[in-house]
Amino acid sequence: MRRLKVFKSLVKDSLDTITHGSRRYHIWMAVLTFVMLVGMYCYAIQLDQGLSVTGMTDRVSWGLYISNFTFLVGVAAAAVMLVMPTYVLKDIDFKQAVLIGEGLAVSALIMCLAFVVADMGGPSVLWHMLPGIGVFNFPNSMLTWDVLVLNGYLFLNITIPFYILFRHYQGKESKSSVYVPGAILSVFWAVAIHLVTAFLYQGLQARPFWNNALLGPRFLASAFAAGPALIILVLAIIRNCTEFKIQDKTIKKIAMVVTVAAQINLIMLVSELFKEFYAPTHHSESAYYLFFGLHGKDALLPWIWTAIPLNVLATVLLTFHKLRNNFKVLFFCCFILFIAIWIEKGFGLIVPGFIPGPYGKIAEYLPTKIEVGVTLGIWALGAFVFTILAKTAIGIELGKLRYKKK
Amino acid sequence: MSSNGKKWFSLNLGAKPKTSGGSCSCGKNSGGCGGNGSHSHESKEPQLTEEEFAAAAINASIGEERTKDGFDQVFDVKMDRRSAFKKLTASLLIGAGAVSTSCSVISGEDSKEKAQIDWEEQFKGNYKLMNDEEKKATVDRLVRSYQLRTGKNISMSSKNAEEDVLFGYAFNISKCQGYMDCVNACVEENNQDRNSQMQYIRIHEMKDGKGFNFDEADDNYYHEVPAEGHFYMGTQCFHCDNPPCVEVCPVQATWREDDGLVVVDYDWCVGCRYCMAACPYDGRRFNWSKPEVPEAEVNKNQHYLGNRMRKKGVMEKCTFCVQRSRAGKNPACVEACPTGARIFGNLLDPESTIRWVLENKKVFRLKEDLGTEPKFWYFMD
Repeated sequence: MRRLKVFKSLVKDSLDTITHGSRRYHIWMAVLTFVMLVGMYCYAIQLDQGLSVTGMTDRVSWGLYISNFTFLVGVAAAAVMLVMPTYVLKDIDFKQAVLIGEGLAVSALIMCLAFVVADMGGPSVLWHMLPGIGVFNFPNSMLTWDVLVLNGYLFLNITIPFYILFRHYQGKESKSSVYVPGAILSVFWAVAIHLVTAFLYQGLQARPFWNNALLGPRFLASAFAAGPALIILVLAIIRNCTEFKIQDKTIKKIAMVVTVAAQINLIMLVSELFKEFYAPTHHSESAYYLFFGLHGKDALLPWIWTAIPLNVLATVLLTFHKLRNNFKVLFFCCFILFIAIWIEKGFGLIVPGFIPGPYGKIAEYLPTKIEVGVTLGIWALGAFVFTILAKTAIGIELGKLRYKKK
Repeated sequence: MSSNGKKWFSLNLGAKPKTSGGSCSCGKNSGGCGGNGSHSHESKEPQLTEEEFAAAAINASIGEERTKDGFDQVFDVKMDRRSAFKKLTASLLIGAGAVSTSCSVISGEDSKEKAQIDWEEQFKGNYKLMNDEEKKATVDRLVRSYQLRTGKNISMSSKNAEEDVLFGYAFNISKCQGYMDCVNACVEENNQDRNSQMQYIRIHEMKDGKGFNFDEADDNYYHEVPAEGHFYMGTQCFHCDNPPCVEVCPVQATWREDDGLVVVDYDWCVGCRYCMAACPYDGRRFNWSKPEVPEAEVNKNQHYLGNRMRKKGVMEKCTFCVQRSRAGKNPACVEACPTGARIFGNLLDPESTIRWVLENKKVFRLKEDLGTEPKFWYFMD
């Protein structure tokens, strides 16, 4: 009963916190709300007329939505890079950052689920997928595995920070015996969500571009580069805009993680390119389409040739300690790395899987404005959720939000 | 609310065990359906039939009120726990019904029945797991629904696979001239969306002397055929014996029937298009918008798993014309082919033409290395 009262008070206090802030904060939230509304309007059109309002066709049947979904699973998985040293290796440095990381994971997962729902042809019959009342094709379909691991990960990433914040809110220390097992579990779980998502594509013998053993590991490497890169950027913003103290040491340590992951990612990219282009087979056509275009069709060239140089540049810059320890360079690198991997693991991965088609037909894909609108709306939703979570968490951690402190 | 023995959740809002006919439908006011004794009193058995339950529910919710007016209706009500519970249930059901039908309360009997059908169709189970009775019930609902909506009658079958039947298909590359009569017959037979010009069959025009080079083939030609120096090859769903599309479906909305047909339950499909990504043969099609067929062109001889009308946002595919093949006829493409390039039959029947082709011709299949075991062979004279 008491806990319920505390919870009620927490919700009230948090509502109070998130509705008050500086002018910049209000503008930020207003802009996000506006973009979300635009996205909802676009989605309403899509619901009404069907997925024909998107650029997808029978030839390229997954597009922007699934690309973003794939990328965001990686971002969500990256929270583990912060969880592991803090909870498991008892590295206190990260404790401040870890709540932010988990908040990021929660909002990334919400975006993932939103993207999947947006991609569905029949959202009104989605209950067919619920285990128990629907028919859940487990374990045959990797999509059902994905539903399980994503929702499980969402649960873990909500409960662990919630427990810690709930204790802190009451002015108590959180018991490590309660949250450490959960944290350890979430470490394995994070690897699982990204591997399972990779298996979704990797398991399709129909699509040689995806059907390669490196896809899963490469997903992990790129995720552990892009995710923490985003976390660094977010921490930098939080450090600037709030009183929340984040030490340089923390950011430098995360930068180290980004660097190593980006290096591994680059090695895998080289290995992939070598395999596709040293002795090209019929199965290398998708890669040819992606990097050089096929039969004059080259819609993806600008994208991938933006991504690759950015990726290489960021990795090279990060490799030098002096450059990495300069925060201006670091933030720049993180930004371009994030963009590069978003292109590579999104568009650059999903679309070429369908081109050329099973019988060599090359039909290109270009997202429509409505599709872009829905996508932006979902990104705004993620940013909105994250801002709310982060603002509450920071309030509690700074001691501004306390139970019965008025 | 879920009926016994089913493997899925289903909400039966007074589902009728019989086909829709003259009997009162539960959506009606209980006062209006005379002649049925069970409606005038509350049933005393603990196990109510669904019809009685619905009547009782309405009786419980508005039965008393019909004799009172105004203030009395609201306050002068005898109520024990059971009837209170019933009242709650009834209002919940009615409320839910109202939401799903948007105010059927004031509209006619037909729209009530339509709403009832829509509700039951929305919450029915997966066809694959239905028993024959349930299959028949949903088919009857769909037929009735079509009748209510358009005033036209269709016949829809729920015929199951017959024993000792396994359908197979052979395609004679030497004979095909690319006339595309099969494509047109298929579209007409299977009620495919005319707006998006959906076609299950693709005819690939290939250059002589280049072998089976799909890369340089054209599957979208608009010129006189047979074109000089070209040969033709048709593809469609190959009804694999080990279909990758079936494995990946998260809700088992697509499956392999006992006679080898790979089918889709259009009403169970959630539209994730994972099967489309998994198919190595370009055999699946998606309804990107609401499929439309001019009323006059609708093929009214339908099968639940075959050519019945589809809706927006679901997968569909070639079913070897299940409505024809299970009735002992050839698929429309086979019948329409003017050159005799298409051969269809029962692989388990040693006397069938398809068996003769497999035994006497040098046959091959596409992408055999993928282990999908297509039941679609190619051969040459």
